[in-house]
Amino acid sequence: MARMVTTRRKAISTAAAWLVGFLIFFPILWMVLASFKTELEAFAIPPSFLFFHWTTENYVTVQERSDYFHHALNSIIIAGGSTLIAMLIAIPAAWSMAFSPTKRTKDILLWMLSTKMMPPVGVLVPIYLIYRNFGLLDTRTGLIFILCLGNLPIVIWMLFTYFKEIPKDILEAARMDGATIGRELIYVLTPMAVPGLASTLLLNLILAWNEAFWTLNLSTLEAAPLTVFIASYSSPEGLFWAKLSAASTLAIAPILVLGWFSQRQLVRGLTFGAVK
Amino acid sequence: MKNVLCAVAGAASLLISAPSIAQTTLTVATVNNSDMIRMQGLTSEFTAKNPDITVKWVTLEENVLRQRVTTDIATKGGQFDVLTIGTYEVPIWAKKSWLVPLDKLGADYDVNDLLPKIKDAVSVDGKLYAAPFYGESSMVMYRTDLFDKAGLKMPESPTWDFVVDAAKKLTDKSGGVYGICLRGKAGWGENMAFLTAMSNSFGARWFDEKWEPQFNSPEWKKTLTTYVDLMKQAGPPGASSNGFNENLALFSAGKCAMWIDATVAASMVTNPKDSKVADKVGFALAPNTGLGKNANWLWAWSLAIPAGSKKVDAAEKFIAWATSKDYTKLVASKEGWSNVPPGTRTSLYKNPDYLKVAPFAKLTLASIDAADPNKPTVKPVPYVGVQYAAIPEFQGIGTQVGQQFSAALSGSTTVDAALSAAQSATEREMKRAGYIK
Repeated sequence: MARMVTTRRKAISTAAAWLVGFLIFFPILWMVLASFKTELEAFAIPPSFLFFHWTTENYVTVQERSDYFHHALNSIIIAGGSTLIAMLIAIPAAWSMAFSPTKRTKDILLWMLSTKMMPPVGVLVPIYLIYRNFGLLDTRTGLIFILCLGNLPIVIWMLFTYFKEIPKDILEAARMDGATIGRELIYVLTPMAVPGLASTLLLNLILAWNEAFWTLNLSTLEAAPLTVFIASYSSPEGLFWAKLSAASTLAIAPILVLGWFSQRQLVRGLTFGAVK
Repeated sequence: MKNVLCAVAGAASLLISAPSIAQTTLTVATVNNSDMIRMQGLTSEFTAKNPDITVKWVTLEENVLRQRVTTDIATKGGQFDVLTIGTYEVPIWAKKSWLVPLDKLGADYDVNDLLPKIKDAVSVDGKLYAAPFYGESSMVMYRTDLFDKAGLKMPESPTWDFVVDAAKKLTDKSGGVYGICLRGKAGWGENMAFLTAMSNSFGARWFDEKWEPQFNSPEWKKTLTTYVDLMKQAGPPGASSNGFNENLALFSAGKCAMWIDATVAASMVTNPKDSKVADKVGFALAPNTGLGKNANWLWAWSLAIPAGSKKVDAAEKFIAWATSKDYTKLVASKEGWSNVPPGTRTSLYKNPDYLKVAPFAKLTLASIDAADPNKPTVKPVPYVGVQYAAIPEFQGIGTQVGQQFSAALSGSTTVDAALSAAQSATEREMKRAGYIK
């Protein structure tokens, strides 16, 4: 009897989890469906869910009008580049703060976080002028630099909390066994920190991929990533919903695939240390 | 040997550098709408005639474009050679010397063919600072079948009393048909474009001659009360989040008996490909209250050259091509007369081919003629602009006021509270900007 209740409960909670999952996923599904509709069907009232005339004409139009691959390549280079540089700076910073804290460590961490509290538009004009003077407007280097700076506080904070979870005693034990700092890093620290590093890397990549303020304002043509590609299909006067959906689906596709394959690391990293 | 090498190197460098000197690349910033996208598709016609010019396009959503282009022009970033700007920006930017006056558009450009009201809107002190690509006003679009069924006849220039009565009579909420669809989404270019134009017809104004905000006037109260009551009784549900696109979707699906909005919508609602009511749409001037002003606005997306541009000649050539009579003919030959950019040239409204395919042409022209950006209101005002006041602060103030009015429409605040909040917000901003003490 008790077993039956458990099974029923399991079934209910599974169904509830699927329902919540579906609700969260629904806007993305709706966007993908709209991308296969004609403009007239995309705004039809009542909306048609699956029974409409499926068409790929929006994707053809989008590719004809703008060069998707140029924008996608820029997104990959900018998001990937800024993430890698941020990780290179953040790992030693977080490592030193986690394992050799001073009395100012907490203040430094809070100060870094405080830089995220200012709305970016407040510094748009000064940054624009600096970029103009250094010839960085509409360059990938410029965008990598600004996204790296923007995400550094979050990356350092995340890594700091992961490193804090690693017991110092293990490192001490390694030292007692005669491990050098390099060996200690590679053989002891790295394997334990991999889930944290992976999830930080992925989250930073997603943040950089989705960043729309700086990428829209500091790029024009050559360095324009997918955010600019999407913005070119939105319109307050005229119906472009199906085309906008097609552009958005194309824009999220690479990161969606990446997220799908790395979901285990992502979930493990985000819940790392929760059982302690 | 050394001499030969030098000669070869010299010749090679000449060969490499020769085309780069001759070639000019223009970066054109533009908004995403059908007319602009069509122009983008026809660029090869321009470059074929001007092989020394290459054109690159940056297409962005209207508000993103406005922010992007304003930052660039204010900092002299030099990222764009041709800008698409509206009638709101032209007088402000021209006064700041941010734009190059367009005085070399060529002998065959025929500046005097531009519609006088549109030409006024993109000129400052008699000088043209932007060339209009397409122009629009606003008008009433209504369902002729529903009007016939109810035994109503729409006058060519209806009063607000008539529109309110007709909207109430035509509303059939159980059948999913609403008497009137109007903008409700907050924003200076959204609900405030409509409401400012509507307030002009009620005799209201944003500021008096001394820049004092006028939301505490009886005219504004009458405007907002009429709007909110009308929408509550005869408008669609959730109207406070409806903008142009939402209302276009509703009207095209047959859910609205009347819709007052941009004249460019006329070609969309009469296009059988996009509209279920294509053959049942009539047009009339935006309503009035008998005070001499109709509730219609004036707007033109125009092409301009930022000051400091190093490619003025090429940019001016491109602008002259894109806004010429020949361009209109080019679009007509490739995509038909119904797809030509409307609202900029007198000659278009005399063209029998165009008049044949555009049943809305007469009313579009009459609406544009009825709007006067230099004298937009019944009482005198210190600003230019019909559905906006052309001062830099208006975007911010307009959106704040728009949020209050949108809240009054959704019922989360009252008309009186919204007007009083609008008055104090505008007073505060105008004091801060130094217009009033």
